[in-house]
Amino acid sequence: MLAFIIRRVGQSILVLLIVGLVAFSMFRFVGDPIDNMLGQERTIEDVERLRTQLGLDQPFPVQYFKFLEGAVQGNFGVSYRQGRPVAEILMERAPATLELAAVSGLLAIIAGIALGVFTAIRRNGFAAHTIMAASLVGVSLPTFLIGILLIYLFSVELGWLPSFGRGETVSIGDWWTTGFLTQSGIKALILPAITLGLYQMTLIMRLVRSEMLEVLRQDYIRFARARGLRDRVVNFRHALKNTMVPVVTVIGLQLGSIIAFAIITETVFQWPGVGLLFINAIQFVDIPVMAAYLMLISVMFVGINLIVDILYVFIDPRLRVDRKGGH
Amino acid sequence: MTTPVLSIRNLSVEIPTRQGIVKPVDGVSYDISEGEILGVVGESGAGKSMAGNAVIGLLNAPAHISGGEIWLNGVRIDPLKGEEMRKLRGKEIGMIFQDPLTSLNPLLTVGDQLAETMLTHLPISRKEAAERAVAALEEVGIPGAAERIDSYPHEFSGGMRQRVVIALALCAEPSLVIADEPTTALDVSVQAQIISLLKRLCRERGTAVMLITHDMGVIAEAADRVAVMYAGRLAELGNVRDVLTQPRHPYTHGLMASTPLASEGQKRLHQIPGAMPRLQHMPNGCAFHPRCPKVQKRCSHDPLPPMAEGRAACWSPLLAEAVE
Repeated sequence: MLAFIIRRVGQSILVLLIVGLVAFSMFRFVGDPIDNMLGQERTIEDVERLRTQLGLDQPFPVQYFKFLEGAVQGNFGVSYRQGRPVAEILMERAPATLELAAVSGLLAIIAGIALGVFTAIRRNGFAAHTIMAASLVGVSLPTFLIGILLIYLFSVELGWLPSFGRGETVSIGDWWTTGFLTQSGIKALILPAITLGLYQMTLIMRLVRSEMLEVLRQDYIRFARARGLRDRVVNFRHALKNTMVPVVTVIGLQLGSIIAFAIITETVFQWPGVGLLFINAIQFVDIPVMAAYLMLISVMFVGINLIVDILYVFIDPRLRVDRKGGH
Repeated sequence: MTTPVLSIRNLSVEIPTRQGIVKPVDGVSYDISEGEILGVVGESGAGKSMAGNAVIGLLNAPAHISGGEIWLNGVRIDPLKGEEMRKLRGKEIGMIFQDPLTSLNPLLTVGDQLAETMLTHLPISRKEAAERAVAALEEVGIPGAAERIDSYPHEFSGGMRQRVVIALALCAEPSLVIADEPTTALDVSVQAQIISLLKRLCRERGTAVMLITHDMGVIAEAADRVAVMYAGRLAELGNVRDVLTQPRHPYTHGLMASTPLASEGQKRLHQIPGAMPRLQHMPNGCAFHPRCPKVQKRCSHDPLPPMAEGRAACWSPLLAEAVE
């Protein structure tokens, strides 16, 4: 078990180093930030001074090493546009994105599993067919369109919910701000959370349904029925648990992409999170911010995958190799 | 005469298909008494498992009971639906499946699976259930039952898993057990152990057993009476010795002749020519007549003669001819 975790952590670090290289190469290959920062009226001296100040005059390997050294310590340099440390800017923006992602993720997991189980058990019912048909909409509509439709319906036509921003926030501790504690904060969260979570929810639902239908055909489910176990026990204790191994994998990946794809939702709702920060950074070729964002997302993906791998072992006893075997 | 544990009267099962309705079980009747093992034999698709599934109420839709009656301990159970039928399953009727590797839930310990079954049917506490689970494993001959109770199915061998399955089927002390090919997926060396275990447990408890198999060796070893099925119908019913040594139905005779016996140095095994008819293309009259060596004119159109204990559903039974 420990060896397994160590091996997985080692693989994770390798992945992060490669992502780090990609993030770093942006400094070299995506335009010249000096052009953007100094504008039309500049002297050669200005350009050279800034280049030295940002460390862009040093050789490639030195720059890469410095980048890694900083990244490990959470130092991603100074934003070209705002002139402040990138880490500070990210920390400021992270709570908004994490809260949004957490709410959409929970929504997607709970509603997705519940609807998936329902449509699998009542697979021939009218309600199940309706839900399945509606889920096609969720899978096929692009996120920004869902967001715009929701804004049109609930903000413009009905006027129930705000169309942009985070509402009032409350500070907790040094740097965390939360929208959960004010009414306007919660109201502002509803539409973006639905927009961001809808696709994941339908995906999880359809996966749970198909896996569950597969499991319900297994011999051990027949045997559980033949032993006269209650339907509820057969469906949840026996069938759902066996459905969870592949579902957990996908949920893990989806949680990563919820954070990564928050960009679109944040843009549509002008949500002040890291996604919006990233979009703005691209517009101004603010490479340190882009690189830091890339690293942040990859750390999350890698971390979530690691957790998923460990979760398998808890769900499926067959993977617990250190238990005593024998016949 | 005491009431038999299980009494099937004229049972028919239908499946509507695109090519019309097919009848995998067609007018089958037999009884099983307390402590008796009835072997149900036939080729694949003869309807023997389908009849078992009909009795325990686990026919897969769209298959359904279309006629006849099923009586369990003097109570008619074929009209029972959903919840009422569920309460009988496990409690009054136990079932053993063919493949022990797939019939146990891989994510629950064997102790959990035993305890949940007993808690569903018996008015006992969790603690009692846990104790009885150990006892149940001991009874089916699992060494070190107290330690193995928290093991998962994959930690047992195939034969041991089938013992666990038997413990599960019997743990609520049902009066009838349907064993659907319980040894087919096992090693030959383990088969005999499982059969004798099943036999012993049912003798001790007076459980009636419907032993579904295509293995004549298993029948000879375990069964008291035999029902031979062909194309959804009963071909012959009788005492095991009579049926095996003096088969009346030409099909049973063919089946016996095509069973390899280690003790006899047979040169070539007998084969029954042709194959069992598809359910969509059942011949008129006797379903076996196209393959029958003793076919008569009336076999292809007349309905079969009525069946009874010690009789064959045949117009020219072998024994009758010998007598004549």
